[in-house]
Amino acid sequence: MDPIVDQIARRRARGRLRFRATVFGTWVVLIGLLVGGLWVAGKIDVGFLSQWQAFILGGVPLTLVISASSIFFAIILAVLGALGRLSSNAVVYGIASFYVSIVRGTPLIVQILFIYLALPQIWPGFAGIPAIVLGIFALSFNYGAYMTEIFRAGIQAIPRGQIDAAHALGMTDRLTMRRVILPQAIRIVTPAIGNEFIAMIKDSALISIISVQELLWRAQTVGSTKFRTLETLLLAALVYWALTLAFSVLQDRLEKRMAESDRRI
Amino acid sequence: MTTLRPPHPEPIRDPFAAPGKLTPPGAEAIVRLTDIEKYFGSNHVLRGITLEVFPRETICLIGRSGSGKSTLLKCTNFREEPTAGTVEVANMRVAAAPLATRTRKHREEIRQIRRQAQMVFQEFNLFPHMTVLENVIEGPVRVKNVPRDQAIATAEKFIDKVGLSDKRDEHPARLSGGQKQRVAIARALTMEPKVLLFDEPTSALDPTLVGEVLHVMADLAHEGATMIVVTHEMAFAREAADRVYFIEEGVFIEGGPPEKVLDAPSDERTQTFLARLLHKV
Repeated sequence: MDPIVDQIARRRARGRLRFRATVFGTWVVLIGLLVGGLWVAGKIDVGFLSQWQAFILGGVPLTLVISASSIFFAIILAVLGALGRLSSNAVVYGIASFYVSIVRGTPLIVQILFIYLALPQIWPGFAGIPAIVLGIFALSFNYGAYMTEIFRAGIQAIPRGQIDAAHALGMTDRLTMRRVILPQAIRIVTPAIGNEFIAMIKDSALISIISVQELLWRAQTVGSTKFRTLETLLLAALVYWALTLAFSVLQDRLEKRMAESDRRI
Repeated sequence: MTTLRPPHPEPIRDPFAAPGKLTPPGAEAIVRLTDIEKYFGSNHVLRGITLEVFPRETICLIGRSGSGKSTLLKCTNFREEPTAGTVEVANMRVAAAPLATRTRKHREEIRQIRRQAQMVFQEFNLFPHMTVLENVIEGPVRVKNVPRDQAIATAEKFIDKVGLSDKRDEHPARLSGGQKQRVAIARALTMEPKVLLFDEPTSALDPTLVGEVLHVMADLAHEGATMIVVTHEMAFAREAADRVYFIEEGVFIEGGPPEKVLDAPSDERTQTFLARLLHKV
């Protein structure tokens, strides 16, 4: 091979590396300016933060548990919703489209407050249900509707020929859905579910409003009682950011692995 | 638009039908399509087609694209519901009833016909998330409730027959088009159907891969499988078919043994079609 080929490749690789290094450097400088600047200006009480950081960070496991279980229930609702949205039964379709419409047409914060504050007015028993359960219910209910559309699109992306082949073997519609369409649709929607999970980590902060003691609630409560919200909210924001970054990296890896196994398929 | 005819009191017969070389003497037709009509919207695609296929026969349907030959095949396994007429496969008879409410019984009868008339598609339509073996046993295990190890034994026999034993555990994406189509044939055979329907099985293939698929199909024909094949491969039709039907604008123009229809066509439209096909090749 002509040595020029190798030289070109090396030069390209060097260029790419330099670009990434510069981007990384820029980020470090920006973060330094932001945090370091506040620090140097004496606006951050480091002693206060180190005293309370354990309590605030103690909300992280709860944030993750809330996000993970809400995504889990949202997926179940979304599969049912998608099947409903694709149903030829008008009543089933009506229920599914009604669900999607009310959820997408109202703010998440209103849904959370409604479930926590308004429902006990209808049936007092609701007041006895722990806030965290109601919070997970609200988040699942909301994300289930958005993810209904994701699953519907995933199911509709399966080529018509797959259904033809399943029917030609004599499969019923139900069997075709379970054995042929859903397994392929789930692969298609996995990256989108990853995105929803990352969005869920951030939206889980909203249920601090119903006193679930997750990350934001702790930051907010400590901050406002001690008049030091700058420190606590900054810490909370950085933690949310770190969590979403970490899960984006995980998601990237997962997608690459799936792409590889697709190649193997 | 013509009004659709009421069902005939007497069964109408396919004027071109005659038991094939391998047909056991006295055998009844195993596929009977009677006076099939099909509209797509206001487009009248099939205009009264009657076809009888005897056991162990190979029938080739030829004609230009849009002539209705693929639609006829799709009506045979109810991928498309005929607008009028009846479909009978292995003694299961289903009359077209496009306005009737779908009953469970109707759907069960259609599934019965589909099990007995296995379709091989132009685009293969293998299940990409399953291995070759899983593709092939899916129907027997899930639809016919054959025990898994028994299904695997049958599947291996047919995978071997199409020459792909070494690809048993591969996923379809790792196979060539010709290999995929041979897996699709094995998948259809493992259902142990009464008749095989081939819908332009080589049209989506790279020209160098057509031969291996036609070879498998010709073997099946010579071994006495019952097959209806929509194809443009005249050499295959000449070698393997008991009868060839030329279809144009939704009617059979002529039908008969390949040496008659392909080599000495009596109708001018058949002559024009064959002349064009040969010039193109």
